[in-house]
Amino acid sequence: MQIHMQEVAALATASGVSSMAWLLIALPLAGATILLVGGRRTNAWGHYFAVLMALATFVVAVILLTDMLGKAPEQRGVVISLWDWIAVGSFHVPVALQLDQLSLSFVLLITSVGSLIHIYSLGYMEHDENRRKFFAYLNFFFAAMLTLVLANNYLLLYVGWEGVGLASYLLIGFWQHKPSAATAAKKAFIANRVGDVGLSLAIMMMFTLVGTVTFAGVSAAAPKVSDHWLTLIGLALLLAACGKSAQFPLQSWLLDAMEGPTPVSALIHAATMVTAGVYLIARSHAIFDLAPNAQHAVIFIGGITLLMGAIIGTAKDDIKKALAGSTMSQIGYMILGTGLGPVGYVFALFHLITHGFFKAGMFLGAGSVMHGMHDSVDMRRYGALRKSMIITYITFGLGYLAILGIPPFAGFWSKDEIIKAAFDKSIFVGLITLIGAGVTAFYMTRMMAMTFFGKARWEDDVHPHESPLTMTVPMMILAVGSAFGGMALLFLGNIETWLEPVVGFQEATNAPSAAILMPSTILIVLIGAYIGFRKYALQEVPVPAPVNVSWATVAARKDLYGDAINEAVLMRPGQWLTRTLVFFDSRFVDGVVNGSAGLIGVIASVMRRLQNGFARSYALTMLIGAGLLVAVALLVRMS
Amino acid sequence: MSMNSYVMLSAVLFSIGAVGVLTRRNAIVAFMSVEMMLNAANLAFVAFAKANGDLTGQVVAFFVMVVAAAEVVVGLAIIMAIFRSRHSASIDDVSLLKY
Repeated sequence: MQIHMQEVAALATASGVSSMAWLLIALPLAGATILLVGGRRTNAWGHYFAVLMALATFVVAVILLTDMLGKAPEQRGVVISLWDWIAVGSFHVPVALQLDQLSLSFVLLITSVGSLIHIYSLGYMEHDENRRKFFAYLNFFFAAMLTLVLANNYLLLYVGWEGVGLASYLLIGFWQHKPSAATAAKKAFIANRVGDVGLSLAIMMMFTLVGTVTFAGVSAAAPKVSDHWLTLIGLALLLAACGKSAQFPLQSWLLDAMEGPTPVSALIHAATMVTAGVYLIARSHAIFDLAPNAQHAVIFIGGITLLMGAIIGTAKDDIKKALAGSTMSQIGYMILGTGLGPVGYVFALFHLITHGFFKAGMFLGAGSVMHGMHDSVDMRRYGALRKSMIITYITFGLGYLAILGIPPFAGFWSKDEIIKAAFDKSIFVGLITLIGAGVTAFYMTRMMAMTFFGKARWEDDVHPHESPLTMTVPMMILAVGSAFGGMALLFLGNIETWLEPVVGFQEATNAPSAAILMPSTILIVLIGAYIGFRKYALQEVPVPAPVNVSWATVAARKDLYGDAINEAVLMRPGQWLTRTLVFFDSRFVDGVVNGSAGLIGVIASVMRRLQNGFARSYALTMLIGAGLLVAVALLVRMS
Repeated sequence: MSMNSYVMLSAVLFSIGAVGVLTRRNAIVAFMSVEMMLNAANLAFVAFAKANGDLTGQVVAFFVMVVAAAEVVVGLAIIMAIFRSRHSASIDDVSLLKY
């Protein structure tokens, strides 16, 4: 109870406008419930209702932002207590929302990008017979994701965490009549489950060591916890982040998750859900700041994944899978940024927001291209689309410039800061991010060139056309965000001072000066882009993928053997174990049970012959028995 | 008379009864043999009671008589019923209740 009181004292209780934050979760949840419970009766208007709920959530978020901007920076974090969830002795878990700069940033990203994707889906899913169900799931995802980022304790966060996992599963497998989609959904669910074990372990350790699971309580008590426990908690949280954010070694599900409808890939598997791991680490910064070993692990995982994702992205011919590799790589940047401590948190989150815009925009662009190309995803069958899909070309192009980090587009501001913070940590980490930026430039140029430049390599019956306005308008808005979002956040929003009260901020002092770093980054990016442009725009792209390629290309096409390793290390030993257990069960356990039953049966079939029906033989048995009893009694007495 | 004679008589009677039960097929005779065994036991009870100056054995003898009387009533009724239906008093003929 004492701890509970302290936590409440640390953050002011919400009053006035901010106490309506619960609407953020309630509105989309109501949308999902009405659409799912209402069934076919809501078919006619259900999708509009879901879009309305999403937009209403966005309006609430904007109102909350204006309210927060009116307060002093120290008073911006508030807690909205809804009700007591668990109260056992001194252990309290409230259902309470924490509205501060960090959670509000996420809320704004989710509701703005999410609303745009809702609108886009009106066009994209127009002819799908399960359109109502799709929008219900999207609304449900909204509610779960907002629960995740608004919770004020790890247990409520876990509820949202599982909720987005469920939404992701349902939406990846939305076209479950395709076996590949059904399998991909299960794969994503299982990989996420491994990560969830980490989160639940972390929560249990916090409960055991600190006695509370609220963010404020854990942050306050973290300095009193011993180092190795903090490291363990940090590693468990990192495992959770790896599962949700598709980081090495749990990365393989994200590429298959592209089986879902493209708006889902844009919303869940690029802009919001997969970044939940970054949120988790930033939210737990009090633990990571005190556990340098865990931070090193975070940097390590982020660095590996950022290179892996980029390398996979270079070899994929499926436009969505190439984008998925890119998402992995960019989230690797963010994870690496959070591992750098106060130097990096702000910029990891900054990159997360700009990435949410430009990557969602590019996914929607990819969806638009697919829409015009008979749902083909093979980039070798695209080419020269810049003439027939002018809006898609421009919006995708702006996203492309943003992810490359060409000034003054969004990615330039956020990625450069991460690279700078990485050089602040060590030159080696900095070089990894720099190489990653070069590879990113190469594969994005390759994608851009194969899709929009070169010669048309279309299949015969394909007549590309621009998508309807419901699809292009969200793309345009996201493109504007990709172009100017970075500048707006940095110069108008002052992202460092905005987020500093929540996650802390520290200037990178060891890094080389911007005058050296910025030109070299741009140079490397331009080299990568030039190689990509020369190979895929100026030279002819062969339609069937070349077979005689280097071992590196083969490895990248196979996702750097992620699936093969999973199969060899986990699946086959697992199958072997289950087969052994089945063998043991059917032969040994069943053998003992069936054997003893058989033995008793044999004995009984012999023994029952004694029941022969002759009264005189029974009498003889009794006499012998009585004689024996007497004999025993006599023997006992004599001895 | 010494105790030995009573015990010997009791043992002889019991043995005759036991042999009767085991060897005779006629249900009535087997029944009589059972009664003889009961009475042999009664004789031993009473004799030991007298020798020990204790009434317990005598009381038990009365119980045995009561049980024997009840047993005779039920047993003879069963023998009569079987004889009526099967026209035989041999106990080897009524061996249907078996494995």
